[in-house]
Amino acid sequence: MSWALESQRKNYGKALVELGKRRKDIVVLDADLSGSTRTVEFKTAYPDRFFNCGIAEQNMMGTAAGLAVCGMTVFASTFAVFATGRAYDQIRQSIAYPNLNVKVVASHAGITVGGDGASHQTMEDIALMNAIPNMTVIVPADGPETYNAVLAAAEHRGPVYIRMGRSEVPVITPREAAFKIGKATTLREGSDVALVGVGQMVAPCLLAADALKAKGINARVINLSTIKPLDVGTLERAARECGCVVTAEEHNIVSGVGTLVAAVLAERHPTPMERVAMQDVFGQSGESDELMKEYGLSEKEVIAAAIRVMERKK
Amino acid sequence: MKSINEGRVKELEQKAASLRRHVVKMIYAAGSGHPGGSLSATDIMTALFFEVMDHSPERMGSQDRDHFIMSKGHAAPIYYAALAESGYFPVEELVTLRKLHSRLQGHPSRVKTPGVEMSTGSLGQGLSVANGLALALRLQNLDRKVYCLCGDGEMAEGQIWEAAMFAAHYHLENLIAIVDRNGLQIDGRTEDVMALEPLADKWKAFGWNVLFMDGNDMWQVLETLNEARQHKGGPTVIVAKTVKGKGVSFMENNVGFHGKSPNEKEYEQAMRELGGSA
Repeated sequence: MSWALESQRKNYGKALVELGKRRKDIVVLDADLSGSTRTVEFKTAYPDRFFNCGIAEQNMMGTAAGLAVCGMTVFASTFAVFATGRAYDQIRQSIAYPNLNVKVVASHAGITVGGDGASHQTMEDIALMNAIPNMTVIVPADGPETYNAVLAAAEHRGPVYIRMGRSEVPVITPREAAFKIGKATTLREGSDVALVGVGQMVAPCLLAADALKAKGINARVINLSTIKPLDVGTLERAARECGCVVTAEEHNIVSGVGTLVAAVLAERHPTPMERVAMQDVFGQSGESDELMKEYGLSEKEVIAAAIRVMERKK
Repeated sequence: MKSINEGRVKELEQKAASLRRHVVKMIYAAGSGHPGGSLSATDIMTALFFEVMDHSPERMGSQDRDHFIMSKGHAAPIYYAALAESGYFPVEELVTLRKLHSRLQGHPSRVKTPGVEMSTGSLGQGLSVANGLALALRLQNLDRKVYCLCGDGEMAEGQIWEAAMFAAHYHLENLIAIVDRNGLQIDGRTEDVMALEPLADKWKAFGWNVLFMDGNDMWQVLETLNEARQHKGGPTVIVAKTVKGKGVSFMENNVGFHGKSPNEKEYEQAMRELGGSA
């Protein structure tokens, strides 16, 4: 498969500059990682509306809230582990509870951070953000979807969490597609098994579908890019039509997206399931692709899970 | 703000007494709440809401007004009393404090209570929010002030000092923080629990303009707030020496009344001392 590779972060920077051009109310904050998160693009284009908060994530989230109280639409960025861990209480108390128009766009999520190791990786962020009322949680699959999701988040009233990885990832979504919050997209039709991918695991799901096809198995591939609100309709239909489901995410298996899907299906249409995810362990240093292999997050595990789950169909 | 004169100070002192009666009555009706830190801050809140700040319920949707953040959210009763007396919601509603389905939550909620600018309660977060407001006002070219009332106990939160660095770095001259220095927190004296002194030196070292006042002396409060408003170039903090539980003899400097409601007898005595009837 010859996919072009693109950075989600660069698409974020580009989207911010576009938003800055369109709207005077856009303000961007960062916590000394503007080069990494690419908010530096906005800083260069609109220096008056960019504020570096230094290495002080808690104050950054509170400041974002205050700007939003005064009518601004605020994007606050840092690494996902610091945004959702270090500043969890500020996001909960000062952003989500008062339902303010702050978009927390975090980069370097998951284990693909690579060499920095477990202190800088996060596999809990989706669980943390998802558990907060009023919060919308988006995990784009690639660069173009990141760009479109950022534009959509700016139009949405209320707090949003957007998760991005560090690595360049395959371009698998169309560039000129409006992002619909709460709508999963079916990338490939099939009725033998449904592969539900999240973020960087969507591309491995597509590769897995190709490999399964060679074995005569027609896999449906769903890009579940909004985690909250969850597209219950698409998931239930996939379960009814395919009879079994595999979820794949670069996140802890505990309280991950697989858990959410399992809960929905248990209530609406109990279906055999397998979950590909981090197995409740901390990561380590290494190259991104090495780490994905080490922790069982590649198409290989998706294929194996698909074959296992199909055997459990009655 | 009008010029300070004895007559006006008297009026404001009477207003403060009536707000204190609201506070005691609300907390007695609720059966729980924080009288100590509401009563220590009453004179400051009275000066802000009835003299210093330019605000009104009709202009809540506009940013072209002064703004207030109650960082010490447990002082919600005095905040609600000041808002109700300013016309943001009916005074009769005050006694619904902390009751199921009330608009008056135990700690301030922006989404529930008319006039509440920001939800607070988890300590140490208000000053960061005030930073954001001050920045936004500057971006919108609005020559308005942001007042942030902090407790002294919450000075132990690291976020306060992150916010202090930020405000000085960005020269937020439209930001005025007031520290209600009543010297007591839940577990005892601030200096015993987690020493804050030399508090003023800390703020100076962080690049703030530091002023002092007796936060229970209306004349001084008005003068000091007026002086703070004139300061240019950076943020101002006023260290306000206050008495926790001010105005009710048995609550004054009594850490036991940080977060406790008076019983019936105590309530009657408190109301008498505050010049009202129970």
